Amino acid sequence: MNMKLKTLMMAGAMAVTMAGPVMADLVFPSLSYRTGPYAANGIPFADGYADYFTLLNERDGGIGGVPINVVECETGYNTEKGVECYESTKGMGSLVYQPLSTGITYQLIPKATADGIPIHSMGYGRTSAANGKVFSHVFNYPANYWNGASAVVNHLLEINGGNIKGKSLALVYHNSAYGKEPIRTLEELSKKHGFNLTLLPVDHPGQEQKSQWLQIRREKPDYVAMWGWGVMNPTAIQEAANIRFPMENFIGVWWSGSENDVRPVGAAANGYKALNMHNVGDDYPVYGDLKKYVYDAGKAAGAGDQMGTVLYNRGMYAAMLAAEAARNAQKISGKADITAADMRNGMEALEITEARMTELGMPNFGPSFKVSCENHGGPGLAAVQQWDASSGTWKLISDFKPTDTDVINALIQEDSAAYAAENNIAERC
Amino acid sequence: MLYREAGDFKTSYRSDQQTFPILFDRVAFAVAILAAFLVVPFAINDYWANAVFLPFLIYSIAAIGLNILTGYCGQVSLGSGGFMAVGAYACYKLMTAFPEMSIVVCILLSGGITAMVGIVFGLPSLRIKGFYLAVATLAAQFFLVWLFNKVPWFYNNSASGQINAPEREIFGYIVTGPNASPVTIYIFCLSFLVVLALLARNMTRGSTGRRWMAIRDMDIAAEIIGVNPLMAKLTAFGVSSFYVGIAGALLFSVYLGAVEVGEVFGIQKSFLVLFMIIIGGLGSMFGSFAGAAFMVLLPVLLKNIMVGQFGWATDIAAHFEFVIVGFLIIFFLIVEPHGLAMLWRIIKEKLRLWPFPH
Repeated sequence: MNMKLKTLMMAGAMAVTMAGPVMADLVFPSLSYRTGPYAANGIPFADGYADYFTLLNERDGGIGGVPINVVECETGYNTEKGVECYESTKGMGSLVYQPLSTGITYQLIPKATADGIPIHSMGYGRTSAANGKVFSHVFNYPANYWNGASAVVNHLLEINGGNIKGKSLALVYHNSAYGKEPIRTLEELSKKHGFNLTLLPVDHPGQEQKSQWLQIRREKPDYVAMWGWGVMNPTAIQEAANIRFPMENFIGVWWSGSENDVRPVGAAANGYKALNMHNVGDDYPVYGDLKKYVYDAGKAAGAGDQMGTVLYNRGMYAAMLAAEAARNAQKISGKADITAADMRNGMEALEITEARMTELGMPNFGPSFKVSCENHGGPGLAAVQQWDASSGTWKLISDFKPTDTDVINALIQEDSAAYAAENNIAERC
Repeated sequence: MLYREAGDFKTSYRSDQQTFPILFDRVAFAVAILAAFLVVPFAINDYWANAVFLPFLIYSIAAIGLNILTGYCGQVSLGSGGFMAVGAYACYKLMTAFPEMSIVVCILLSGGITAMVGIVFGLPSLRIKGFYLAVATLAAQFFLVWLFNKVPWFYNNSASGQINAPEREIFGYIVTGPNASPVTIYIFCLSFLVVLALLARNMTRGSTGRRWMAIRDMDIAAEIIGVNPLMAKLTAFGVSSFYVGIAGALLFSVYLGAVEVGEVFGIQKSFLVLFMIIIGGLGSMFGSFAGAAFMVLLPVLLKNIMVGQFGWATDIAAHFEFVIVGFLIIFFLIVEPHGLAMLWRIIKEKLRLWPFPH
């Protein structure tokens, strides 16, 4: 009797899934979140990701002549919904997953590895996945969180003439796997460079930060770093403005540096810094094509109002890297209609050069790099950007600079070795 | 027509008191159980297991657990998410500390540990009632989540604070980790649910359940007729937490595989389980299943219809989902405040008398 409802639901849902979307040739699922407390940052990324693929379809007829199908699935940044999205899309011939959430990435790493589908967690997710010897199907190039942590410290070293002994750094972080990632590295670096580290966790979703900023006001750290996302970012920047914390001493990771984070604070946010792994603005030839083939043709994703923002650019960058990897996979496998396994090989042998980026209409948009079997994490270069409230733009104030790979690689080895031991994984290369 | 009572005579108390007194119900139940064990496993794939059946089975266990406490014993609890977290973290600690221990033992022990934690947080129920108790259990929810985030021992000092379920097998079949087949994990969770549901059903029919219900209906009267409120309330907290803990352990180890306490076991999980039993029907076994199905499967169904079928934008579909589920909750509670179980009961009554309504 109690099973009756279940069978009814099953019959209903069965009828629905039977008539799924038409299978296209190259399937790129997009686990987006356009709702919930992280929507403000999820929307531009999803739009950029979709628009770049639309451009390829409209201008080039897809990749290597095979049209692209972007399948969007709403996760709301929720891991259970993310799992549901993964399961519902993986059977469509999905080539690569970009979960855009550290929680969902952790869920999908073992599942996708078992299913043989690659994951590209660009600048997030499990940092030690950079070790390709252990994580065969996970890629987090061009940079990971530990590069980010090191880039923050390097920037502080740079503005302090190479010596930050005795200075204090407070880390305001999202109290989740995402926010906790940089802690190990910052602890190591604080030993190495002799600065003091204070940890201030902020609980999901991140709107309540009064006590953390009260503590910052009392302890007066020299610098504040932030690992925030979604609604947590503007709240933190507003709180910093409220206690008149000097904005140029406040530096966020690349997920805490979009227009949506600083605009709500207005002029008080002027001078706030954040990391970035790619360039900002819309002064690139690719935008001309996007305008011609996508925006003016009325094919833009979402509301079509995010062009040129930091996270839109990041979505586009992610799509570009995925498309390049797919192209590479077509070259390696010698067939146009690639599978997820070919895609993985394409990602592992990916090389992004400055010449290729210029060809794509994105000169100097991101660092050039090469992925290898051992290194799935890329070169780990990061730039610092600063918000100019009067013109309403982000500007890069540094080049893409190397990070402390000695410290980071040792930590990656340690963490991935622990994962390999836990899961009985033999090193591949 | 279907629920024909004519010719269905009872000649003993035993047959009059059985769970399904009507022949049709007994047959339907047997068919459903057989189908669940013998038909569904052959038709199931990854999507059906991970998106539809597993969450339904696991949340049904949690709903039965909370229904014992709130529906049968009348103690309002908002701590289910926290108790599920206790089950998950206990399971993780046991799995990693004793790798040779069977996963079934791990999950049962996690339930036991959660039961003890539940009893501790149930102690205030001896002095406070209703809303005040709800607030006390809310404190448990926040405390437990904070604790599992704060103390690195619980997540074995991992850098990210996440817990990951290592691979475990039973009779040579892998049940946790990414290599588990959908059939195995489905049967595994289904077995837990069937056994626990039968136990709960019989507990609530027996003297223990009658004590709980006496406390729920009027505690002073119950005390006068000889029910010990201390024992009744604490057993309710213990048994309920046992169920909720097992649900948490299964959710972590079999379903999700990796868990982050604040996100998966936050306050919204407590509300979700509470909504399940309110929609489904307080103090009803069937209500627990119906509520879990309503809260877990309806959003998936709506998503499949709106995005898969009509091709709507995902964000519009997600917003509509909130609207539709919210509207249906209000609608059901207005039409029948006692939940889906009561609606079902009324339908049955009508069918039994059909075609003569009086």
